[in-house]
Amino acid sequence: MNYQLDGQEVPADEEGYITNLSDWSKDLAEVIAKEEGIEMDDERWEVVNFLRDYYDEYQIAPAVRVLIKAIKKTMGPEKGNNKYMYELFPYGPAKQACKIAGLPKPTGCV
Amino acid sequence: MASLDMNAEGGPRLVPDDVFKIPKLACDAMADSHPYPAYPEHNMKIGFPGELLENWQEVAIAKIGELAKRNRAFQVYLDACVKCGACTDKCHYFLGSGDPKNMPVARQDLLRSVYRRYYTFAGKYFPWLVGARDLTKEVLDEWYAYYHQCSQCRRCSVFCPYGIDTAEISMAAREIMDSVGIGQKYCNEIIGKVKDIGNNLGLQEKGLRATLEGLEEDIEDDTGVSVRIPLDEKGADILLITPSADFFAEPHIEGLLGYAKVFHQAGVSWTISSYASEAANFGMFIGSYENMRDLALRIRKAAEDLGVKRIVFGECGHAWRVAYSFLNTLAGPFDFLDPNYPVPQHILEFTWDEIQKGTLKFDKSRNDHYRLTYHDSCNVARASRMGDKPGGQFEIPRNVIKAVCNNYFEMDRDTIKESTLCCGGGGGLLTDEVMDIRVKGATPRMTALKQVTQDHGVTHMAAICAICKTQFSKVMPKFGYEMDSIVSVHQLVSNAIILDGQETEEDADPVGEAAAAEVS
Repeated sequence: MNYQLDGQEVPADEEGYITNLSDWSKDLAEVIAKEEGIEMDDERWEVVNFLRDYYDEYQIAPAVRVLIKAIKKTMGPEKGNNKYMYELFPYGPAKQACKIAGLPKPTGCV
Repeated sequence: MASLDMNAEGGPRLVPDDVFKIPKLACDAMADSHPYPAYPEHNMKIGFPGELLENWQEVAIAKIGELAKRNRAFQVYLDACVKCGACTDKCHYFLGSGDPKNMPVARQDLLRSVYRRYYTFAGKYFPWLVGARDLTKEVLDEWYAYYHQCSQCRRCSVFCPYGIDTAEISMAAREIMDSVGIGQKYCNEIIGKVKDIGNNLGLQEKGLRATLEGLEEDIEDDTGVSVRIPLDEKGADILLITPSADFFAEPHIEGLLGYAKVFHQAGVSWTISSYASEAANFGMFIGSYENMRDLALRIRKAAEDLGVKRIVFGECGHAWRVAYSFLNTLAGPFDFLDPNYPVPQHILEFTWDEIQKGTLKFDKSRNDHYRLTYHDSCNVARASRMGDKPGGQFEIPRNVIKAVCNNYFEMDRDTIKESTLCCGGGGGLLTDEVMDIRVKGATPRMTALKQVTQDHGVTHMAAICAICKTQFSKVMPKFGYEMDSIVSVHQLVSNAIILDGQETEEDADPVGEAAAAEVS
């Protein structure tokens, strides 16, 4: 499945993860989020930005635990927990948030 | 306690049956269940043709012959079935879907019918008399659908009077498909990743190191004790080989904290390897000896390079099958390791030994918020052993759980130990596009769990397999449990263990009381 952005086609795989990571932009993130039935807000952007920074550093998405620890630091304990992450991204912070952040899907027994 | 009358995900609520039922037949109900096909680059990376070969029939038929010749068990399984029907209601995917092609005998026959056509006298000359059929594109498609609805859990083989192992047939079928250019994306992409990076996740050394350092901080914050999780430390005694999910997912990571605390308290030196940072061996799922060997050799190389004396495997079901049953054949001899210890050893064997030696102290009440049961992971239960006694693979995990928890209850006898049900996500099916069959395959286990929830108030289920843990954390919410109702066995160990010098919540009081007593 591909995404449409400003009349351009952005290629993605069967599950909606973009094929070329360099195609990502904030506008595209909004398009992907909409496709997922999610409205981006400050909290979700906080998560997506963290994922992208982490990916820049380590070429992989962070463990959920690492993400939650980071969010706890910036947004406080009432938001830095698993339950809240799933409220933001019902299909999982690792998979759904990665998709919106334009990162590859974590593979394996996860 | 998890409520059974809600769906934590908010989706349609699934209600497990109260008792085990044999479903009404639903012919071809799952015919459209297809995992994503591998891309050409995934197939080629691991030694298979990128796309369907032009002469695929010829190649596939020759491959069946080659496998029957190379693997006598495979040939016996194809020849021996007498259609007694003992297996028909034993597959969790059949029980969940009602599709008769998910009966083990029918699944075997998808390949057996083709084998008969080309490799038996009767099938060559009177195919219509013996249920033999030509290998057509339709048959190949059917293989792709139904051999990816087998988690290779081997439950059916326990009940087969001839011991026919459908897992072996399903692995062969996948190898035949791979050899003509039809691969499954989930498995083949992952095998390639292990070859490039060392683990299923694609987690590189820098990220792994950062993750482990973060976990060391967490343990210290939590206990006040500095517990190391060493990476690539030459000269350590023990190399820990664990599924990379233990570095990433919940509740897996909690189990890793448990291993670290046990090693710490036992006073042994240990290390993880960034080169062989994966226990899982998906080469087995696709029946590929060559790929299974390549991945196993990484473990040998890491052990040699780091100069360790022992290899210990973390909680991973099929990894333990490969390790226990095949590691020596694939990558042995391991004569450079210390012969006083099993090669390899399971983390539960290690922990149980330490418990028996008395080196570990526990406060079992720290797990009192759980009422537990234990899901025997299929590959550990039916394809391996632990300890030095028959049945050790059933007893040792239970012994450890009971040493660290007060509230433990067994599920129905027909669903545990050698009769355990697969979680529904094993054998390379832990991929979201086949969620429908994964959920259906989990329903018998959910029935067994519901029974102990109703009878004993069980809230949580422990497992020792990365796939089981991920599968249940995804599937249990659909049945009204919380996603964290599945726990690692070493998570329970981690909760209960008291490290030397650990600050405990109780410390303040007894010390205070003691001081008060002294004063008075």
